[in-house]
Amino acid sequence: MPPIATIRLSAEADQSPITNLQEPKMSVLVNANTRVLVQGITGKEGSFQTQRCIEYGTKVVAGVTPGRGGEKTEHGVPVFNTVSQAVKETGADCALIFVPPPFAADAILEAYDAAVPLAVCITEGIPTLDMVKVKRAITGGPTRLIGPNCPGVITAGECRVGIMPGHVFAAGSVGVISRSGTLVYEAVDQLTRRGIGQSTCIGVGGDPIIGTTQREAVELLNNDPDTAAIILIGEIGGNAEQEAAEYIKKNVKKPVISFIAGSTAPAGRRMGHAGAIISGNSGTASAKKQALADAGATVVDAPAEIGATTERVLKERGLL
Amino acid sequence: MKIHEYQGKQIFAQHGVPIPKGRVAKDAADAKAIATELGGKVVVKAQIHAGGRGKGGGVKLANSPDEAATVFGQIHGMQLITHQTGPAGQKVKTVLVEEQMPIDRELYLALLIDGASGMPVMMASSAGGMDIEEVAAKTPEAIHRVSIDPVTGFQPHLARELCFALDLKGDEQKQAIKLMSGLYEAFIATDASLAEVNPLVTTKDGRVLALDAKMNFDDNALFRHPDVEALRDKDEEDPSEVEAEEKGINNFIKLDGDIGCLVNGAGLAMATMDSIKFAGGEPANFLDIATANDVNKVIDALLIISRDENVKAILVNIFGGMARVDIIAEGIIGAQKQMTRTIPVVARLAGTNVEEGKRLIEESGLPVIRAEDLGDAATKAVAAAKAA
Repeated sequence: MPPIATIRLSAEADQSPITNLQEPKMSVLVNANTRVLVQGITGKEGSFQTQRCIEYGTKVVAGVTPGRGGEKTEHGVPVFNTVSQAVKETGADCALIFVPPPFAADAILEAYDAAVPLAVCITEGIPTLDMVKVKRAITGGPTRLIGPNCPGVITAGECRVGIMPGHVFAAGSVGVISRSGTLVYEAVDQLTRRGIGQSTCIGVGGDPIIGTTQREAVELLNNDPDTAAIILIGEIGGNAEQEAAEYIKKNVKKPVISFIAGSTAPAGRRMGHAGAIISGNSGTASAKKQALADAGATVVDAPAEIGATTERVLKERGLL
Repeated sequence: MKIHEYQGKQIFAQHGVPIPKGRVAKDAADAKAIATELGGKVVVKAQIHAGGRGKGGGVKLANSPDEAATVFGQIHGMQLITHQTGPAGQKVKTVLVEEQMPIDRELYLALLIDGASGMPVMMASSAGGMDIEEVAAKTPEAIHRVSIDPVTGFQPHLARELCFALDLKGDEQKQAIKLMSGLYEAFIATDASLAEVNPLVTTKDGRVLALDAKMNFDDNALFRHPDVEALRDKDEEDPSEVEAEEKGINNFIKLDGDIGCLVNGAGLAMATMDSIKFAGGEPANFLDIATANDVNKVIDALLIISRDENVKAILVNIFGGMARVDIIAEGIIGAQKQMTRTIPVVARLAGTNVEEGKRLIEESGLPVIRAEDLGDAATKAVAAAKAA
């Protein structure tokens, strides 16, 4: 287990008291009881990251690689040919997907067909039209999809379903949402260095079409009694931040701190993430910052100031 | 990936989208021959990827075959400058010669993926021939949209809805519905990210055609479209970006500043550029090295950055998740040994296998400036660039 700096924030009157951190939390999406199956477990990254998940304390109960059913991985995890078989045999309730881009849409749909409640797809580079079909197929169904092109989900100190460096996280009460993986680590590192712990961190993914939007992620953390404040890290492109801002304005009383990456990006170029092309005014960093500020969020301009600003806001709100 | 207008029109034609008659002219004599075939009156159009060609003098009318030859000579080989090319402009290597159209109305039609709904959206407007971003900003009500369910595809009622909004009736409506269906087919068949017709025209003799064609493609889907990938024109791209891509570094974008950046993760790469600006500097590039756990890729990336003569300092900012810091460290060491000039390297390393990475750099004895966090790294990189 990684070192855990347990920091509790005092609860406001309109928020539930912080639960005992020794017990599994109510938590968002994943906790110490989550039973994870890894699709693509025998691949290079799948295998490496499975090891890291297990070291973090995640219950990895199954792996899926077609044609390798009946084997055990070097981590001692049983491998199955299909997701439905793995679910039946092990009671897995979360699929972590490391399948290469041409086959990833099929992998997500396989998890959906097996009615796995949560699918987290790390894969970067899935064709957009594949995701159009996946999104259409799973909407309204039993599976919540996180990603693709994301770092996954982590409930600090309990369960890591993804690729984050676990040691930078510390259990606490700040929820983090980000399109970018590395910016989650960056923000969380700044928090942990200041003694501010995290509840659940959700990497929603950098693609134009993702399973769970920033607005939905804000809703999850807003309804979570273990989360006292929310950090929302967006970036240029699309208007998902504006949708989240609209929800925040109407529903969120918890403090929201936000940073938008790409203030200095040139227009019209794809900045790595396929979703990060500024088209028109809605995609610009300034439009997103404005929407979030109008919704009552504290907007951070310099990425190095996320931690310090969060600390200041939490103190102002009597939460630290 | 982008392609030229004439290539887009070929894809349109394959899917039943009507286009004007014409073809690419090899030389002035060929331009004259094409004009003769087409009855004398033609449009001569420079083929570059950037928009704004007309205003820049890259699209001209010629009213006789001889004039077509003359205009071809003016456009072919010119350095065409538009608001999208930058001040250096783009050299015109390919010229399209097409029949002139008796234009009645100029409309706008486009197809793209709407991230919010997760579906393809067709957009149409009566304000054709104009900058659509400007129309969207000033008169958003002039743009009509329909979402297309990927399961059922593009249905005629969606086309009718757009046609009535554009006041297209009778035979024109029939033609427009066929054109819109063809555009959707072309979009899906090629994994496009954008198919834009600006303008879509109706003619005085009752036809509906795509006068222009702009198609962009989903880079993630090119693996299943070798025919589309073959249409790529690398002369339209920055040479250092092409080199990076040939080395397997897909997320490199050349910029104008003096601080080179090597970062893992697109978000952190953007945030690093933002930090450099806040510290008073200018980034020389965007680079997401992603999870390239490959020493040679790191070395190649640093060498490409170092060959940009504007670069006075390099900021390496790694927060390893899937990427491993020890591999990045080996890359920094390897690249410094191969660099032909001395450039100060500021390294901020954190995350997976960080201790091993730091040890490797220390043992190498190379002058790498260590930074503790993002703000510190940006400040040190800006200072190093100013001192150089």
